[in-house]
Amino acid sequence: MIRRVSIAVCFFIGLLLIWEGLFRLRIWSPVLLPSPVAVGAYLWEIACDGILWSAAAVTLRRIILGYGCGLMLGLPLGLLCSRLNFFRDTLGLIALGLQTLPSVCWVPLALLWFGQTESAMFFIVIMGSLWSVIIAINTGVRQVPPIYVRAARTMGSRGMHTWLKVFLPAALPFIVSGMKQGWAFAWRSLMAAEIYVTILTGFGLGHILHYGRELNAMEQVIGIMGVILVIGLLVDKLFFSPVESILHRRWGTGSAD
Amino acid sequence: METCVAEAPAKLSVHNIEKEFVLQGHKIHALEDIHLDIEEGEFVCLVGPSGCGKSTLLNIMAGLSKADRGDLRLDGNPIDHPGPHCLVMFQEHALFPWLNVLGNVLFGLKLKPHLSPKERLEVARYYLDLVGLSNFEKAYIHELSGGMRQRVALARALAPNPRVLLMDEPFAALDALTREQLYGDLQRIWMQRKKTIVFVTHNVREAVCLGDRVVLFSPRPGRIRQIYDVDLPRPRDINSINLAVHATEITTALKGYLKEAGAVAE
Repeated sequence: MIRRVSIAVCFFIGLLLIWEGLFRLRIWSPVLLPSPVAVGAYLWEIACDGILWSAAAVTLRRIILGYGCGLMLGLPLGLLCSRLNFFRDTLGLIALGLQTLPSVCWVPLALLWFGQTESAMFFIVIMGSLWSVIIAINTGVRQVPPIYVRAARTMGSRGMHTWLKVFLPAALPFIVSGMKQGWAFAWRSLMAAEIYVTILTGFGLGHILHYGRELNAMEQVIGIMGVILVIGLLVDKLFFSPVESILHRRWGTGSAD
Repeated sequence: METCVAEAPAKLSVHNIEKEFVLQGHKIHALEDIHLDIEEGEFVCLVGPSGCGKSTLLNIMAGLSKADRGDLRLDGNPIDHPGPHCLVMFQEHALFPWLNVLGNVLFGLKLKPHLSPKERLEVARYYLDLVGLSNFEKAYIHELSGGMRQRVALARALAPNPRVLLMDEPFAALDALTREQLYGDLQRIWMQRKKTIVFVTHNVREAVCLGDRVVLFSPRPGRIRQIYDVDLPRPRDINSINLAVHATEITTALKGYLKEAGAVAE
């Protein structure tokens, strides 16, 4: 374990050193490729004056609300699709189609419907995550071996009990991977929305990234990209990874990291 | 003793059951004119080649599928839905991977509202002990061997105290040694608990080893051809000579019926 961590640390230090080396060779203009030191200094500065935290808070609030709603809607709709052929043939088809639509495509519609408001952000994030959640839940529940349901029914399980105690836990590995995919889509949608839609109710990370481009401040662009990446990693490592390793341990699938 | 049994009402009575399937446009008589009375505490084995309708009959007894015609009663009441009165042990263990061993055994018990949590735990542990898995209650299903999984499935099926235990080729997927061990365990448990058991198998020796009666099915249409009483002393050893003699007799009869059915089919 310690060995693996130290190898990873060495790798990233090496990467930073190569970056610094490339910067010093002056192959590209410093405007295009700032030094890692400059990026670090920028991040330190916005961390000290609070911009980093307030922007991260705005962004995180949007993602939590939007993704939360995407899940709340997607879970029951996915269950409906999995059980009733009517929903599968209608809503399921819509979900399949819209899932392939890049979430940026929702931006014009969101702006027309909601204007430059929080609701537009919200809408884009929900549209980004909802469909993949529906599809994952639908697939997951359909994969539940019928023998589990038969066994449960002979033990006296019916209706709601079968749903809560058999279908849901049996489909859990699929549901979690659907949630993870939904999260990735939601996160991408929100960043696209924040870059394209300027709204006055709160500046998120995407906005700062966008202004970095307008100001030609490359250390700002790269710094914020780093922050976005770290948040994505943290969510994965702190939330999804532990859940997945519990599932792997119970189901006996994969290796427990 | 004989007369006493004859006078008692049957635990599970099957009368005139018929079942048809349509498979690729052909009507198939899965079951025709099935009559069978099973007494309280009796161990009955249904034997026949695949496709003879023995599993179909078991599913009907379990309430998992419906007969087209006929009358099926448990303690005098018709069976029309699945439930804990007839628990089934399947060929695939059908244990839940999201629960550990104890959780699986508790699943059926939790559906019995009159039991307190403490009582449920006691019952579950009693049955885990009965199948020799007391030390594995925290284990997850994938961590167990095939034989251990079927033991858990047996404990799970016995724990809610069903009136009848239905077993659908539960040992077919196991290796011979493990299977022999489980024959011993199942006989021991049956003698201890005196549960009414209906056991489906295609293995004649297995049927003779376990059953008080062996019911012989033949396919196309699925019918009961003969019922053999097995009065060998228990516990029976699957490798004993006496058992082999009985098994050979039944196998010979079975081959005769198969030849007959084959001739009809051609």
